[in-house]
Amino acid sequence: MDEQANGDGRPPILRPRNQHIWHRLPSERIIAVLLFLCAGISILTTIGIVAFLVWEAAQFFGAVNFLDFITGTKWTPLFSSKHFGVLALVAGTVQTAIGAMIVALPLGLLSAVFMSEYAPNRIRRLVKPVLEVLAGIPTIVYGFFALLFITPLLRDVSGGISVFNGLSASIVMGIMILPMVSSLSEDAMRAVPRSLREGAYALGATKLEVATRVVIPAALSGIVASFILAMSRAIGETMIVTIAAGQNPNFTLNPLVPIETMTAFIVQVSQGDSPTGTIEFKTIFAVALTLFAFTLLMNLLSQYLVGRFREVYE
Amino acid sequence: MAVIAPTDFKKRLDRRKWEGRAFYVLCLLAIIVALGMLAVLLIYIGMKGWSHVNWGFISSFPSRHPDEAGIKSALLGSVYLVIIAGLVSFVLGVGAAVYLEEYAGRNRFARIAQINIANLAGVPSIVYGILGLEIFVRSMHLGKSLLAGGFTLALLILPIIIIASQEAIRAVPPSIREGGYALGASRWQTIWHLVLPQAFSGILTGVILSMSRAIGETAPLIVIGALTFVPFTPDGPLSRFSALPIQIFNWTSRPQAGFQEAAAAGIIVLLILLLSMNALAVLLRSKLEIRS
Repeated sequence: MDEQANGDGRPPILRPRNQHIWHRLPSERIIAVLLFLCAGISILTTIGIVAFLVWEAAQFFGAVNFLDFITGTKWTPLFSSKHFGVLALVAGTVQTAIGAMIVALPLGLLSAVFMSEYAPNRIRRLVKPVLEVLAGIPTIVYGFFALLFITPLLRDVSGGISVFNGLSASIVMGIMILPMVSSLSEDAMRAVPRSLREGAYALGATKLEVATRVVIPAALSGIVASFILAMSRAIGETMIVTIAAGQNPNFTLNPLVPIETMTAFIVQVSQGDSPTGTIEFKTIFAVALTLFAFTLLMNLLSQYLVGRFREVYE
Repeated sequence: MAVIAPTDFKKRLDRRKWEGRAFYVLCLLAIIVALGMLAVLLIYIGMKGWSHVNWGFISSFPSRHPDEAGIKSALLGSVYLVIIAGLVSFVLGVGAAVYLEEYAGRNRFARIAQINIANLAGVPSIVYGILGLEIFVRSMHLGKSLLAGGFTLALLILPIIIIASQEAIRAVPPSIREGGYALGASRWQTIWHLVLPQAFSGILTGVILSMSRAIGETAPLIVIGALTFVPFTPDGPLSRFSALPIQIFNWTSRPQAGFQEAAAAGIIVLLILLLSMNALAVLLRSKLEIRS
């Protein structure tokens, strides 16, 4: 038997040595190969996503100037006079995602502080799963809620708001990603050792001071990582913005008018009748590649932050 | 260091205490708003759709008339999709998890696979739809079929199942494996007869939870080409299909109030399905844990 150290504090797992008699059994080998293939599927999936997106987008950029694509602000690929300025869609995406973060950040962070610092265990065990229900509700349900409940409410407040607008989508999307912020931030805060809090209390700090000057700074890497993950989720979100924000690619940050996000555009083309070989259809790959690049960068950044700035106590 | 006069100190202390209380109220408010929104959402949908939920709604095909419209084909489509996705991703996901936990050790491939799985879990679902369109619908010529939809959803939930299964397998103590090896069992015999049965309840919970994620997915199915009007039941894995979220999306986008009620009713059915799957996961876990 070989002892294999894991390097992460877990006890070493004993593994049989390869020379052992049964390792030469064909069935054992076949099973090992099959399991390896299963694990390989996940890598093939990533390769597949990147390869197909790049391949199809390359054909798109054969017909459309890449610089026009990333700097243009007019997006009319489905009209007879075609413009391919993806910034119009990026503006819609960024606007709704930032709007969602404005809702989710304070609510999520304060909820996390409440759960980790104030709530008695009984309440916490009751509230946390209920909050997680919010994360499990399908996005189509949120879209329905945004269009038929939040939008009329907003329009009652101000008549100048369009039926389709970024604001309503942002608010509902903020509620959707709130549990992600609160639960990941809370995990980070609970990982801060008690002794730090007790030290601050011993110096006469109030709960507010302990929370904002000791716990949050100590847990900052985890909290920021949760923000970035939530933002990446908001950027990739599809149904809420498709239903509630409209299909008008306006290059604007005004949340009261109809806009279109990258994801909503992909849905629009998929639902339409553009034949698959046409340039109209190929646009979805260029847009999806842009979207994929955005979310990948944010996910990597969040993983990097968690790994790099994690405060290790004890 | 400047010394603060006792009266000043008292004043500051009062302010700090007041700030602390205000902050507490703020935190409490945040949680109440979050939970309140959930309540408002559920109540609104319940009020809007409850009167529409009845046997006729579940057993009729879609219709141009909102009062006659039903979700039979969409519901069946969703059930088939989730079963296909669940079976495929269960086999692949557990296989991948076993490989990564029991075979790979800490080699380069395992490290890359691990980072890769974490990233895949963050890829927007609509991108999976595009992948499914390219691989299953076009390259493998499955067409816009149930099978293509099910496979796409399988890829979507695969990272979740792998991560859950890995955790379940990791929780099995090494002594169990050592016992197997000591009795002369091969590696696979040890995994199959000792490790997997112990990890099974955790794996199953992960699979059911991820299936409940799959049943609510809309965007990838739209990209694949799910239909919004299906007046027939799917007759095989290559049949074209609709799904519950697609039907809800279609009804939500229509202006008539009747269809909006039908959409709310569809949402109620979808949420009941979701909740029962979650309850099943919790139940299975507690039951299996008692037995083992």
